[in-house]
Amino acid sequence: MRIAVLVKQVPDTRSVQMDEETGTVIRKGSEAILNPLDAYALQAALQLRQLRGGALVHAFSMGPPSAEQTLKEVLALGADRASLISDRACAGSDTWATAQVLAAALQKLGPFDLVVCGERATDGDTGQVGPEIAACLNLGMATFVEQILDLQEDWLDLRRKTESGFESWRLRLPGLLTVTKAIGEIALPTLANKMAARRAQVPLLKADELGLDPESIGLKGSPTRVVKIFYPSLTRKGELYKISDEASLLANSRILAKYLREAANK
Amino acid sequence: MKVLILAECDQQKVLPISYELLTRAKALVPEEEIGALLLGAGLPRQEYEKFSSAGVARLIVYESEQLLRFRAEPYSAILQACVAEFKPEIVLGGATSCGRSWLPYAAMKMHAGLTADCTELGIEEKTGLLLQTRPAIGGNIMATIKTPKHRPQMATIRPRSTAAAEPGSWSGGQIELRQPPPAWLESSLQELGFEAVDESRELSAARKVVVVGRGLKRPENLPMVEELAGLLGAALGATREVVDRGWLPYSCQIGLSGRTITPELYLGLGVSGAIQHLAGMQTAKRIVAVNSDPEAQLFSLADLSLVGNMQEVLPVLISELKRGGQI
Ligand SMILES: Cc1cc2nc3c(=O)[nH]c(=O)nc-3n(C[C@H](O)[C@H](O)[C@H](O)COP(=O)(O)OP(=O)(O)OC[C@H]3O[C@@H](n4cnc5c(N)ncnc54)[C@H](O)[C@@H]3O)c2cc1C
Ligand SMILES: Nc1ncnc2c1ncn2[C@@H]1O[C@H](COP(=O)(O)O)[C@@H](O)[C@H]1O
Repeated sequence: MRIAVLVKQVPDTRSVQMDEETGTVIRKGSEAILNPLDAYALQAALQLRQLRGGALVHAFSMGPPSAEQTLKEVLALGADRASLISDRACAGSDTWATAQVLAAALQKLGPFDLVVCGERATDGDTGQVGPEIAACLNLGMATFVEQILDLQEDWLDLRRKTESGFESWRLRLPGLLTVTKAIGEIALPTLANKMAARRAQVPLLKADELGLDPESIGLKGSPTRVVKIFYPSLTRKGELYKISDEASLLANSRILAKYLREAANK
Repeated sequence: MKVLILAECDQQKVLPISYELLTRAKALVPEEEIGALLLGAGLPRQEYEKFSSAGVARLIVYESEQLLRFRAEPYSAILQACVAEFKPEIVLGGATSCGRSWLPYAAMKMHAGLTADCTELGIEEKTGLLLQTRPAIGGNIMATIKTPKHRPQMATIRPRSTAAAEPGSWSGGQIELRQPPPAWLESSLQELGFEAVDESRELSAARKVVVVGRGLKRPENLPMVEELAGLLGAALGATREVVDRGWLPYSCQIGLSGRTITPELYLGLGVSGAIQHLAGMQTAKRIVAVNSDPEAQLFSLADLSLVGNMQEVLPVLISELKRGGQI
């Protein structure tokens, strides 16, 4: 069985700070990290590998050359192989074009029985790439998966969460999953894996090797365009009350109760 | 039909997000140009009529037991057929678990552009193009996006980011019940089971939310918070610190790596207001914060701030609310 995991390198939100005065983003030493939600995609793939001994877990990322670091991290966490798709022609891709590129890579190095994606990337924050790849490759799909119940040769049983409840499904393979953080704890990398990952070569794929038409990827191939970016104003002018003793505890709790009561009745 | 909205229902009713999508559509085009697609089964006829009377010129309903829950292939096949039939310029869905799966799958099939989780829509004057505005990078920036060439222009809309359209404000809507051909219903998913959750605790639809942070100190303090949430009729949410400690499940986590909510009322107890948490709640209408640290960042966002120990405030607050009778 062959399992693909898709991981993205994103800016570390911890290093993103807001300037209170101007409402702008300050990027202190803009570090790049593995999209935190993709660690759970990898976790799911490792669980699947455990359910079927001998399964191969292959991680893919599309991004700048520095995304190699992210793939090495994923190798250290237990993936068997990694491939990086990095090409100037891919720059500026929206989710539609990104899905085209990743789908082509999956086809080129496939076939895969399962493709596992994160719920969403914390930078673009769309969660669209997974379902778009499923559509592109005609794969069956289950999104927001939070538990893998069983895995056999031809199908996988899963549980997913929606607004109305928990659904259980049997997904015929090949298929694609997007998984949430509820899938399980992330295991720490073993020392041996860390060492191996440091030495590992991550093969690089270019767009033309994937048989992609440059017109269909990158900014040119993206149906959507960003017209403008602006900064939301965060700060509100609210009322502040301080509790210092018994009397102010009672008085201020009353103010709070009154406010909540009014807000609740709106 | 210029705008097609993708309504959602359960087995009893057309869900609120559908009325919100209708409000969005009505802000863009007159009712005569609005169509809605609804997939499901077993809804009473009055529900369709009620929804239509909120301003839907053409309501297309596909009825089948097999459409009760989202599955990509059938939902996409039907949407693709409707787009081919009505040629809408714009397709709007909810940024719900269904919409966020359905629209990208169908957008790829139709080679359409799709913008996720929009909080504002408009029309560009010169070109008539749809302007889609959404938060990105954890709500740190807002981006306005358009789709110059590909059709339809598709977007998912953040739930509760606008008011619901009022039923009874319009008449003359046409309601069409259809049966999907069996070939469209083929899917690689087979249903094994379903467990409903208590809707009052469901975060994304909640009008009021009580959120606890690490200031909770111990899980033993949760019952008091739950009592308060019960009194206010609020759902319970949490920061990542609380979820990581196993005090509440991941489904309660609000923020960058959790849920995004836009309630009428957000009450944060012992929540510092880290930027990753703010990403999931800064669009709340009213924000109230209780925190022992006067410098807590959540205060800079709050309409009402109380500097104090939440363990001391809670019992007094609860008894005050009880004294005042039912809310
Ligand atoms: C990639 C990434 C993703 C993340 N995603 C999320 C996310 O989705 N959601 C999220 O919430 N966080 C997220 N975080 C974590 C986030 O950065 C913060 O660590 C977290 O929000 C803090 O939670 P907290 O406010 O409960 O805890 P703390 O920051 O520890 O704050 C606790 C607060 O409680 C107050 N307090 C203590 N005792 C009391 C008392 N007795 N009464 C009243 N107040 C008291 C303290 O003054 C303090 O302000 C993410 C972080 C990263 C790096
Ligand atoms: N550039 C990329 N390289 C690899 N995987 C990606 C990339 N972009 C998105 N993904 C995958 O798709 C998921 C959703 O991303 P997004 O649609 O950008 O929110 C991520 O969690 C990844 O699993």
